[in-house]
Amino acid sequence: MLTLTHFLVLAAILFAISVLGIFLNRKNLIVLLMAIELMLLAVNFNFIAFSHYLSDTAGQIFVFFILTVAAAESAIGLAILVVLFRNMRTINVEDLGSLKG
Amino acid sequence: MSMTTVIFYILSAILLFAAIRVVTAKNPVHAVLYLVLAFFTSSGHWLLLQSEFLAITLVLVYVGAVMVLFLFVVMMLDINVEKLREGFWRNLPVAATVGLIMAFEMVLILTNPHTGLADYKAGAALAADASNVKVLGRQLYTTYLLPFELAAVVLLVAMVAAIGLTQRSRKDTKVVDAADQVKVRSQDRVRIVKMQAEKNVEAADTAESGEQQA
Repeated sequence: MLTLTHFLVLAAILFAISVLGIFLNRKNLIVLLMAIELMLLAVNFNFIAFSHYLSDTAGQIFVFFILTVAAAESAIGLAILVVLFRNMRTINVEDLGSLKG
Repeated sequence: MSMTTVIFYILSAILLFAAIRVVTAKNPVHAVLYLVLAFFTSSGHWLLLQSEFLAITLVLVYVGAVMVLFLFVVMMLDINVEKLREGFWRNLPVAATVGLIMAFEMVLILTNPHTGLADYKAGAALAADASNVKVLGRQLYTTYLLPFELAAVVLLVAMVAAIGLTQRSRKDTKVVDAADQVKVRSQDRVRIVKMQAEKNVEAADTAESGEQQA
């Protein structure tokens, strides 16, 4: 019998893996974006699991909006990445120090 | 163990394997492909949770559009992978510690009987003709109409921003600026010269010019 805990634990492990990915791929911007996508997937998992076990479709509506915003985010992120690569010929995070923050 | 439980564990194993490969793959193209696998597998999970519309949306919109966009960008950029990979495993001790502690803490909380998560039983079995799409559509167009339209605006703004960021204006085009054209006034372009309508020409001049022509 599948319980809510099954899905929540799966989502938690997925989230931890994407945090691991952000630590490991500190230099590669494009893999960082992919790790963020994985994180959003883990969050969506929680919403859908609760939506199912509470018999309330509001959670699914939330996932719908999260998917919209995530699509917009990755489109703009990739556009910035392309412009960055065109200007600096690199996507290495360590080379991006022109603001000297 | 029931059939759905078996399917759940198989899908979960594939999902976690794909997620680990996404963050450790050497080639970014492989990482994107494993991400596609992860999304595809989680769409199977969502089908187990009876949210059919979002499962299909995840495959069509996410795998079909966003991941293809990722793939385009990864293939378009000429990345020196070796340089980006140097010192990759150096961060592993810290990363593994943080990741394991996070996962451990969350699992500890979620599996604790005091949280009462076990009280949530799966909803009553749906009727055979129950439509997830119909329920979601009715809510989207009534209760959540304003957020739905705002989501459309967000997508439009994102599209304009992405095009505006990546567009390059060419220097050799002969396109005219419409605003400049509209702003033109007649006195900027036309000069009226006051001069006599007739002019008396000296006889000698005409003779000279006549000789030169001959």
